[in-house]
Formats: sequence, C-alpha cells, structure tokens
Amino acid sequence: MAASPLVKTTPVTNDIAVEIVGMHKWYGEFHVLRDVNLTVRRGEKIVICGPSGSGKSTMIRCINRLEEHQQGTVVVDGVPLTNDLKRIDEIRRDVGMVFQHFNLFPHLTVLENCTLAPIWVRKMPQKQAEEIAMHYLTRVKIPDQALKYPGQLSGGQQQRVAIARSLCMSPKIMMFDEPTSALDPEMVKEVLDTMVQLAQDGMTMLCVTHEMGFARQVADRVVFMDRGEIVEINTPEEFFKNPQHERTKLFLSQILH
Amino acid sequence: MSDIQMRQPHVPWWNEPKNRGFVYQSLLFIVLAFLIWSAVDNASTNMRARGIPTDFSFWNRTAGFDVNLTLIEFSAAASTYGQAFWVGLLNTLMVSVVSIIFATILGFGIGIARLSSNWIVAKLATAYVETLRNLPLLLQLLFWYNAVLKPLPGPRDSVSVPNISFVTPDIVPTIVCAFIGGVGYAATRYARTIGGVAVIVANAIGALLMLTAVAIWLSGVVRFSGKAGIYLNNRGLIFPEFVETADTWPFAIALVVGIVGSLAFRHWARGVQKETGDQMPVALVAMGLIFGLPLLTTLVFGAPFDLARPELRGFNFVGGTRILPEFAALMFGLSLYTASFIAEIVRAGILAVNKGQTEASSALGLTRAQGLKLVVVPQAMRVIIPPLTNQFLNLTKNSSLAVFIGYPDLVQVFAGTVLNQTGAAVQVIAITMAVYLVISLVTSFVMDIYNKRMALVER
Amino acid sequence: MSDQAIGSRIAYVRREAGPTRPAPIMTRGVFAWVRENLFSTPMSGVLTIGSLLFVLWVAPDTFRYLISDAVWQAPDGVACRAPGAGACWAFVAAKFEYFMYGSYPRGETWRVDVTLVLGLALILWLLIPRLPRKGMAAFAFFVVYPVVAFFLLRGLEGVLPIVETNLWGGVFVSLLVAAVGIVASLPLGVLLALGRRSQLPFVKFFCVVFIEFVRGVPLITVLFMANTMLPLFVPQEWTPDRLLRPLIGVSLFAAAYMAEVVRAGLQAMPKGQFEGAMALGLPYWKMMRLIILPQALTTVIPGIVNSFIALFKDTTLVAIVGIFDFLRTVETARLDPVWAGPTISTTGYVFAAIFYWVFCFAMSRYSQMLERKLAAGRRR
Repeated sequence: MAASPLVKTTPVTNDIAVEIVGMHKWYGEFHVLRDVNLTVRRGEKIVICGPSGSGKSTMIRCINRLEEHQQGTVVVDGVPLTNDLKRIDEIRRDVGMVFQHFNLFPHLTVLENCTLAPIWVRKMPQKQAEEIAMHYLTRVKIPDQALKYPGQLSGGQQQRVAIARSLCMSPKIMMFDEPTSALDPEMVKEVLDTMVQLAQDGMTMLCVTHEMGFARQVADRVVFMDRGEIVEINTPEEFFKNPQHERTKLFLSQILH
Repeated sequence: MSDIQMRQPHVPWWNEPKNRGFVYQSLLFIVLAFLIWSAVDNASTNMRARGIPTDFSFWNRTAGFDVNLTLIEFSAAASTYGQAFWVGLLNTLMVSVVSIIFATILGFGIGIARLSSNWIVAKLATAYVETLRNLPLLLQLLFWYNAVLKPLPGPRDSVSVPNISFVTPDIVPTIVCAFIGGVGYAATRYARTIGGVAVIVANAIGALLMLTAVAIWLSGVVRFSGKAGIYLNNRGLIFPEFVETADTWPFAIALVVGIVGSLAFRHWARGVQKETGDQMPVALVAMGLIFGLPLLTTLVFGAPFDLARPELRGFNFVGGTRILPEFAALMFGLSLYTASFIAEIVRAGILAVNKGQTEASSALGLTRAQGLKLVVVPQAMRVIIPPLTNQFLNLTKNSSLAVFIGYPDLVQVFAGTVLNQTGAAVQVIAITMAVYLVISLVTSFVMDIYNKRMALVER
Repeated sequence: MSDQAIGSRIAYVRREAGPTRPAPIMTRGVFAWVRENLFSTPMSGVLTIGSLLFVLWVAPDTFRYLISDAVWQAPDGVACRAPGAGACWAFVAAKFEYFMYGSYPRGETWRVDVTLVLGLALILWLLIPRLPRKGMAAFAFFVVYPVVAFFLLRGLEGVLPIVETNLWGGVFVSLLVAAVGIVASLPLGVLLALGRRSQLPFVKFFCVVFIEFVRGVPLITVLFMANTMLPLFVPQEWTPDRLLRPLIGVSLFAAAYMAEVVRAGLQAMPKGQFEGAMALGLPYWKMMRLIILPQALTTVIPGIVNSFIALFKDTTLVAIVGIFDFLRTVETARLDPVWAGPTISTTGYVFAAIFYWVFCFAMSRYSQMLERKLAAGRRR
C-alpha cells in the first residue's frame, strides 16, 4: 500500500475491514454474483458502479447479510459470516447502511428514528442517545427537524436523517446503496456534501452510486461491476482516464457523455 | 358600463346551476315527502283496521313467556316486554363479546400462519380461510347446531371428559427424554453450521426426536382417571361450578397483586431503561408474577375453589354450570367465520409494511423480535385496526342469525316473540334497528377519532 | 496468485469472463424448496412434522366418511342408518329435484332451466373479457332479461300456466334472489354513490342517511321490516307478493353496500379526469356516463364482485321470512321421516356447502384475476 499515490484526506491503514473471497450467489438458477473478490481496508473509500442489474447492490447487501451468499467467504471486521444469528446481529451493529429509498420509520419522529437502535441495541440511556442523535442531526444540518415525522421532510432531508440514524450507532463501516438516485436533482448535492464530510472524517465507506464527481473527489478505488462480476478496479484517476476493459469503456462513454 | 350590461347574455332561469339544484332537490323532497306521508297514512289505516297497537304501552305489560338464558332476573309471570328487551340485548352483547375475543385470537393466529415460511402451515391456514369465508354463515351455524351439537347423546349417555392428573415424573425416563430431546435440539443447532442435504436431514431428525421426547415424557406423567365432571350432551356443555371458599381470597389477592405488580414492574423497568439503558426481562417477570404468585398461594393455602361437580339425577344434571348448545353453536359459528376475515386483514396489514422497514431495522442491528415489536407491528396495527373494528361490528350484526337456531338474542326474543305476541311490528322493529344503529354509529365515531390520531403525519 | 491478492490490489482488470456455474444443489430444485419451506429452522421442522401428523389423522377418516363408506344408492334411509355408514348421497339423489326447484310443478321445470341457461349465457358474455359488445350484453341482462325471466317463471295468462311464487324454491330461488339483488343493487348503488358525492345538500343528506342506516343494521332486521312493515305501508288491496318483499329488502340492503364500493372508485379518480371532461364542455350526466363511471367502475370491479359474494351468501337469510331458498329446502328435506337418520344432516350440509363454496370460490378467484389484470394495466 505504500506505493499508493492516492492517499486522500485521511490515511488508509493496513487493517482489513471487509474481505470477500470467491463469493458466489444464485437466485434460484440465476447466477447473480460470480467469483467476487474484494478487500476493503479500514479508512478506505470505495465507489462501486456499473449498469443496473450488475449485482452492485446485491454485493453490498451480502456484507451485512441482508442477502445470503452461497459460496465463498465474507469476513467483516474479523468475523466470518455464517448462519449464526448472533454474529450477524453483531456485524450489523457495526455496519451502517443507507438505502436508496431511505427506509425511515414513518411512525416515529426523526429523533426517535435516530435513538431507536442506540437504546435497544446499544442499551444506551435515553438522554445520552438523544444527545448523540442531536449531535449527528446537527452534523447533517437538520437539528431543527428533530421532532417532525419523516413524512414531513423533503427527500434530501430524509436521506440525511437516514445517514444520521446510521451514524448514531457509531458504525465502523458505512455502506450506501444508491443514496441519491431517488432524489430530486436539487437535493442530490446536500446529501453528497454530507457524504464527503463523512469521508473526510475517515469513515470506511462502500458506496454504490453513479455520482462520478463524488467518486473522483473522495474514492480511493472505483470498482466497476457488470453481469455479476467485478470487471475492473482502479484508482479514480486511472479509472476515468484510462479504462482498461471494453465494458468499462462502454459504460463510461454512456454515462459521461 | 351599459355596453357591458347589454352584452351580458340572457340566461334562462332553468340553466342557472343554482336553480337547477334547487329544482332537483325540491323534486326529491316532494317525492320523499309523498312516499312517507302515504306510508304513514296507509300504516295508520291498516293498523287500525287490523287492531295493531300504535303506541309503546306494550313495553310495561307482562311478557308471559320464558327465556332459557337470562343474565338478569326474568320470569314469565312477573316480567314485562321491556325486561324481555333487556334480556335479549344482553344476550346479544354477551355472545358478541365472547365470539369477538375468540375470533380475534384465532384470526391473528391464522393470519400470521398464512405468512409462515413453513409451506405446510401456510397452506393449511390458506385452506382454512378459503373454506370458511366462502360458505354462508347460516350454513355453518346450522351445521354446528344440527349436525354436531344436537345429535350428541342425551344426559344419561353424555360424553365425559376424564380427569387429568399429573404424577411426579420418574427420574430415569425424564433423563432419557431430556437426552433424546437434547440430541434432537443439538442436531438442529448443528444443522445451521453445515450446508448441503444434511441440513434437511438434521432438522427433520432433530424435530422428530424433540417431538418424540415430549410425547414419551407426557405419556409417563399424565394420567387419565375417573370423570372430571365435564359432560357434553345434547343439552349443552356441563362443567363444574367454581365455589368460593375461605382460601379464595388469598388467591384473588395474589392474582390482583400479580397483575398490578407486573404493570408496576414494567413502568419501573422503562424508567430504568430510560436512565441507564439496561433492559429487564419484563415479559418473563410478568409471567412469573401473574402465574407464580397465585400458584404459590395455592401451594400454601390449598385449592382456591371448591368444584361443585354436576351430578346426573334422573334425566338431567344437577349443579355445575351449563353452556347451552345454542350459545355454543352461535359462538363457534361466529368466531370461526369471522376469524377467516380477520386473518385476511392481519395478513394484509403485515404485508402492507414495506419490506424496506424490516431491512432497515436489521441493518441497524435490531434483532428480528425487536424489529417486529418496535417497527413492524406498530405500523401494521394502524392498517389492521380500522377494518378489524368493522369485522367486530359485522360479527355483532351477524349474531342476529341466532334466531335460526333459537338462541335468545335481541332479534329472537324481541323482534321475534315480543313482536308476535304484541303485534306492534313498527315499534318493535324500529327499536331493534335503533339498537344496532347506535352500536354502529358509536363505534364508527370512536374509530374516526382513532384514525385521526393515528394517521401517519405527512406533508 | 491467491484470491486475496486480487481483492486488495489497487488496480485489477478481469481478463476472462467469470465462469457461469450451475447453482449448488442446496440453492435450487427440490432440495432448496424443502429446506426453505419445510425445515428452515428447528421450529419449522417441528411444525412440518406436526402438521403432517394432523393431516394424516384427519384425511383418511374424511375420505372414508365422504367416499368409501358413503351410501351411494338406496331407495330410502334404511341403508344410511346402518352403523358405520358414511355420508348418505342417495338422499341427495332422491331429493335432487326438490333441492333444485322446490315445489315448482314438475312438468313445468323446463321453464326454470331455460331461464337459468339464458341468464348464464348473458353473464358469461358480460364476464369474459374477450367477448365484444359489452354494452349490448349489459342492456340484455339488466333490462330485457328480467322481463323475459319474469314471464317465463311466473307464466302468462293463456300462454304459459301461472305458477304462484309460494311454489318456487331451491337453488333456483337462491339464484333468483341473488340475481335480483345484483341487477337492482348496481344501478341503485351507483345513484346513491353519486348522490353522496353530490354538492346538493339535501340529496347528499338523504343518500348519507340511507347508506349509513342500512349498513348499520343486520340484514335480518331489514327482512323483518320488509316482511311485516311493507304490507302496512301500502294500501290494503295491494298486499305485496310474499317473495317480492324480501327481494325489495335484499336489493336495498345490497345497494347501500354497493354504493360504498362505487364511492371508493369515484374517490380514487384523479381530479384531472373531472376537469378534463368539464373542459370539453360535457354536462354532469354526460361526464359521469361517458368519462367518470366507466373508469371508476372498472377500478372497483373486484370490490363489486366481493359484494356479490357477500350478497350470495346472504341470500340464505331469506328463509327467515318463509322463502324456500336452497338451504331451507335442505333443512326441510333432512327432517323427512323416510330418510331421517344420524348422517342425513351432515350429508345435506356438506352438499349445500359444496354448492355455495363452488360459487363463492369461483367468484373470488375471478375477482382476484381481474385485480391482477387491473394492477398490471395501471403499472403500464
């Protein structure tokens, strides 16, 4: 790693956060993930892109076991993923996830959305949980909405609440599953700004996104997936300037022009 | 100015929307008024001609008939038609409340079973729903009453439930059973860590072993002997009456203390969680208090009730409590039928909660049970409760089918017997309808308030 | 090169396409199905085995009672009274005509058959989406057919002998009550629904009161009212026919429920459709008839079919005012001393259950099919 020319704002360490080796997944007969190998180091920011249906979301959903893989190994934070429910819960505590459609709990206020998991999973006193929630809500710049319900907020605000909700669990890794694709164009920036800030603070991040500007700005590596396999991995500079694989070139020509 | 006025087109008065509306409404009003007037006019002529009473004086006259199930004092000689009304109304309410409780429990169970990941359980639940809700309720009532309960033998040949007693389990069989069950459980635990066909085999064998162990252990512990004093015959279900003794009070107090204590404990546990974040096993403690305390008093003071067992004297039973076959048939029919609708409501309510909600709660690290309790159920209940109340109302209205099997509900006693005896058709039917109407309107008023309060806040 | 190395390299390009392998045996086919659906957890395993035991316990006895031990042919109830005998299908065979036509004169039952076949043909025309000219079918079914059916069934002085309604009974009367309820409740329901959404306060008030009143009381009380009060409300010489009274009661009752279904459809219509129609200069009734109702009714067809199912089940209640519908004929027949015996009641009810179930289940499947079709249409 010493040779890496691309250490960004924070150093990438040698600790391994996520290690995926030879992972395969099938939906019935359909081979959705083929021989996926990816190692994510602590502090590293990875952007995953590719055409729709290429298996990007499925891959990151395997990391916190929202989907089950059938072959290969996935080790998260030193814990290999098996069917053991206890371990899966442990891993999920430390891996935050932000969804395309926010998935905020509509029957709870913004503040309650943020304190729910710290109170019930981390067994935190309510006051402390609320303080932490307000801290992160301030960080995503919506502390004044704390007592409203998700349905009263704009899409961009909802997505920022979702980010704050994940951060309240003090995760070691954050995963983003197309966080801006369900947003109106004018709201994309506020969410991306929040994510950039998070990157600058040194969070380990895996982002499935088509925001290439974001990839250029913060990614340590860009992973390109197509038809269920990883086709190309490279630093953003090289990836955008010198794509190697035909499929990468085709994809980039379609989205950049 | 005058130019503009001159250009304003002349509107024929029948083309003005206001006038048209007025004409339509007046027409409707005149037609209705005529219909009502002629109905009232005809009715008074007809009633006078046939000597039908037109006032409510029958209310206080002696009824002169008996009712076989009364919650208030009622006798043919001393009671009035007005009291017969109350008897019928109370019977309607009683059978409705009891049936609503059973229908809700069964309906929730079956609705959840329909969503089970176990294929057989889901299919059995589906079969239940598709069978019961596609058969007329009346057919089901008649079946329970005429084909199941009425053909039961007479009191002398009653079906009798044997006394169930438990003997202290022998140590050796208990250990053996525990071992078998343990092996079965271990097999299923082991199944998780391996892949392949072995998962099925291990789970199947494990399940079989556990079931076998429980069955063997129970067969060694449970004894059937003598008669429990529970009899089933064509006069109904007869079971021992609980008679108060000196030891009833400690038992009752223990029960109340258990309930109040667990409520208090829950309150306290919430406070503690708020302050320190520690979580208490509230459900476990509550179970212990509610069941444990009364059990303890029973061990200390002895049995809290004497059982007055029914005895066969001549052709009938004396003593004990009796559930009429009419009541039982109506209750079975209403509960089983309504449960099939409630099951569909519950299923739809759970399915209405977006899959993303479960995923988000998992991703936050909530366990499956926590996710259900904190995220899925609160949202599902908002969807479930309004149609559920509607089913409760339907059940109450359907209880009027009692008249077909002779259960003395409001319709059978009041709109049936009282109407036939007094001939006061208009008054009796108006009162009967008014009762159901009041129940409906009050319920929908309460539901309106509930819906307004529970509506998810949106922009 | 080890797999780990690939994943951690800064730059990586896949040189050959990844292998497509068949899914491992546990994720496909029978094995995956069994594991997912029968033995996914220990609890699931216990449930599977428990349920199988339950089915094995119930199914053979049911089969024996209904099929193998059943009495299929017998002149009277003697064979059915033998100990251990199952269902008495001979009883159903003997009473079959009575179940179908009640006491309708045996020589005239062809009239009932013709009416039923005609009705069935028209209903199929209406229900099968592929057949053309729905408007004509609707006219034939809702306007022409009732008149034809009335004269066929009741008779016409000099042409067909008159058959009084107190002889009518059986399946035929059940279908008749259901059909009249359906034919009358749909237009009435539409009118009530429009009235409830009307801006004219008195019209709206009347419709709301009527709908809420009828929906708030049990059908039995409506039938009682129709039976005992209707004759009082009209001049004495008019005394309405014994069968006509419950028909009026059932129709009004069904109309109130239908109105709520139609109202849901009207409410779901986007405002743009009203505005578009008004912008074209269509007056109220034309707008409703040409633009709004066709769409609103299509979206609530599943709801309409569901209220038909409820209506069909409710037809059994007319027995309370002395009409011999199908269930009532079963009730009467099972008490016939020639046949009476321990299995007769169950046999009769099982037969009735099969009849009602087939009808209701078919209707509910039809409504589910339409629902799926409508949902697919909306997605497009």
